[in-house]
Amino acid sequence: MKQKIACITFLLIGLLTNLNAQTKKTAPAKATAKTQPSLTNGKLLYKKHCLVCHQLDGGGVMGLNPPLIKTDYVLGDPKRLINILLKGLNEDIEIDGETYANPMPALGHLSDQEVADVLSFVRNSFGNEASVITSAQVKAVRAVKK
Amino acid sequence: MRNKTIIPLSITCLLLVGSLCAFMYKRNAEITPFKADTDQAGLKLPTGFGASKVVDNMGKARHIVLTKDGSVYVKLMRVVNGKGILFLQDKDKDGKYEVQTAFGNYGGTGITIKNGYLYASSDKEVFRYQLNDQEQVIDPANPKKIVTGLLAGKQHQTKSIVLDNENNIYVNIGAPTNSCQENDRGVESKGKAGCPILDSAGGIWQFKANQLNQSYHNGIRYATGIRNVMGLDWNTENNTLYVMQHGRDNLNSSWPKLFNEKQSAETPAEVMYMVKKGDNAGWPYIYYDSALQKKILAPEYGGDGKKEGSSAYINPIADFPAHMAPNALLFYTGNMFPARYKNGAFIAFHGSWNRAPEKQAGYFVVFVPFTNGKPSGKWEVFADGFSGLDAVMVPREAQHRPCGLAQAPDGSLFVTDDVKGTVYRIGYSSKK
Repeated sequence: MKQKIACITFLLIGLLTNLNAQTKKTAPAKATAKTQPSLTNGKLLYKKHCLVCHQLDGGGVMGLNPPLIKTDYVLGDPKRLINILLKGLNEDIEIDGETYANPMPALGHLSDQEVADVLSFVRNSFGNEASVITSAQVKAVRAVKK
Repeated sequence: MRNKTIIPLSITCLLLVGSLCAFMYKRNAEITPFKADTDQAGLKLPTGFGASKVVDNMGKARHIVLTKDGSVYVKLMRVVNGKGILFLQDKDKDGKYEVQTAFGNYGGTGITIKNGYLYASSDKEVFRYQLNDQEQVIDPANPKKIVTGLLAGKQHQTKSIVLDNENNIYVNIGAPTNSCQENDRGVESKGKAGCPILDSAGGIWQFKANQLNQSYHNGIRYATGIRNVMGLDWNTENNTLYVMQHGRDNLNSSWPKLFNEKQSAETPAEVMYMVKKGDNAGWPYIYYDSALQKKILAPEYGGDGKKEGSSAYINPIADFPAHMAPNALLFYTGNMFPARYKNGAFIAFHGSWNRAPEKQAGYFVVFVPFTNGKPSGKWEVFADGFSGLDAVMVPREAQHRPCGLAQAPDGSLFVTDDVKGTVYRIGYSSKK
C-alpha cells in the first residue's frame, strides 16, 4: 500500500512538473511501469485524441463539448468514465446548468494501457484529483458485453 | 373685449401644446443619437467609428432586429424566466436600453421583421407576430405558427431566418453531424452512402411567410449541400440569398493519417455562398481549401486532402480562415457609415474552437466590400476586442463572442454577444 501511495505521489509530482513545462519533450512510458498508468503518456494521448474538443485547459466549449474540470463524469464512477471512452457518448449532458451536445466518438481502438493512461491523466489534471485508473480496470470493463 | 382675446389665446395655447406633443412624439419615435462610450465599449474599430454598450447581462443573446423607431427585439437561445424574446427601448434617451417586455416561451436564434410582422424561430418552428404602426407586437401570447416539425439535431440545431421581397421566408436547417459519417466524428469512419440526411437537413428551405403549419411536405428545398448556416441575408441590390457556411471540423482527429493538427486547424475555409434556387454546395462530399483554392473531396468519401471534388457544386464567392464560426451576415444599406461600406457585408464571427492546440481565431466582426453583389476587395477586421484577450487559446476565456447583427434606422450597427448577453452599438462620426 505504501508503495502504491509513493508511486501515485511520484506520478503526481511528475505530472505537475510536466504541466509547468508544457513545451518540454516527454519521454514515452517505460515498459517497467506497465502495471501502473503513466500520466506522461496520458498527456500525450490527451493531446492526440481529446484536446481538439476538450481544449488545452480541459474547459471544453460552451454548448458543444463538455468541460472535464471537477465534473462527476470525470471524478465519479470509473466504470462509467471508461465506458464513455470505449463506446463514445451521444446524448445531451448537463453540467452546472449548461448542456453540451456534440457527440464523443468511441476510442475503443486504444489499448487498455492507453485508456488507463489518458483517463488517469484527466482525473489528475485541470485541478482534478482522483484515483488513477489501471489497465486491469479497463480490461474488466471492456470484457463486459454491451 | 375680454372674450375676444381669450379665444385666440386659447387657440395659440392649444397650438403650442400640440406642436410640443408632436415634437415629443417625433423625438420618441426616433432612435437616440449615437454616442460612443469613452472606452469604445472595449472594442477596436477603424478610425472615425465608436462603440457603446447599450445593454448587458441579458442571457444568450443571439440574433437581433430593430424597429423603425430604434426599439430592439433580441432572441435568446435559452429562455430566461420562461421567455425567449426581449423587447427593449431607450425611453429616457440616455443611449442605454431597458427591457420593456419579454414574450415567446421558446429559446432559439432567428428573429427578423418584414412588412409589418415580426418572425422568430425556435429550433423546430417558425412563428410570426403581427406588428402595430410602431412595429410593436400586438398579441405577444398568440403568434401564428407558420413552420413546424423541422429537424433539430443535437448539433447545428438553430434555425436562422430571412425573407425576400415576395413574401417567402428562408430557413436554415443544419445537418446534425460533422460530415455524415457512419460514426459521427469517429476515427476513420466513412461517409454514409448518399448522405440520406440531406432530405431534411443540410440546406436552406423556402416557405410562404403567410401560410400556417408548413413543413417539409409543402416547403421547398431551396438549396442543399450546405452543412450549417447561421448567418444569412437577402441582398436587396440583386434580390439574391447569401449564406455563410459553418465548415466541417475534425480533419485531424478523424483522419490522423491524412491531416496533421496544423492542417486541421487551418482547413477547410469558412465560405460565403451566393445561393440560387436548386444550388448544391457539396457538403458532405467536398470542402473548400483556401490554400489550394479548390473544392477538395472529403476523406469520408475517398478524399486524401488533394483530390478534387465534383465541379457540379457551386463555388464560394468569398472564403475566410477555418472554424471561425460565422454566426450572422448583414448587407449594409444605411447612410451613417462612409460610402465604401454601402451594400457591403458585415459578418459576425463567433470564434473558433476546432483550431486547438493552435491559437483560436475569429471573435470579431468582419467587413467585405461589395460591388454589384460580388466582393470587390479582401475581407478586413471591422470590430475586434470582444474576447478581451490578446489571443484566445481556449474559447471559454473569451469575455464576449459576437453572434448577431442588425442595422439601426440611423445606420448604426448593433452587435449581440451570447456569452454575457451584451448588445453593442457601433456608429460613425466624421468629426474626431
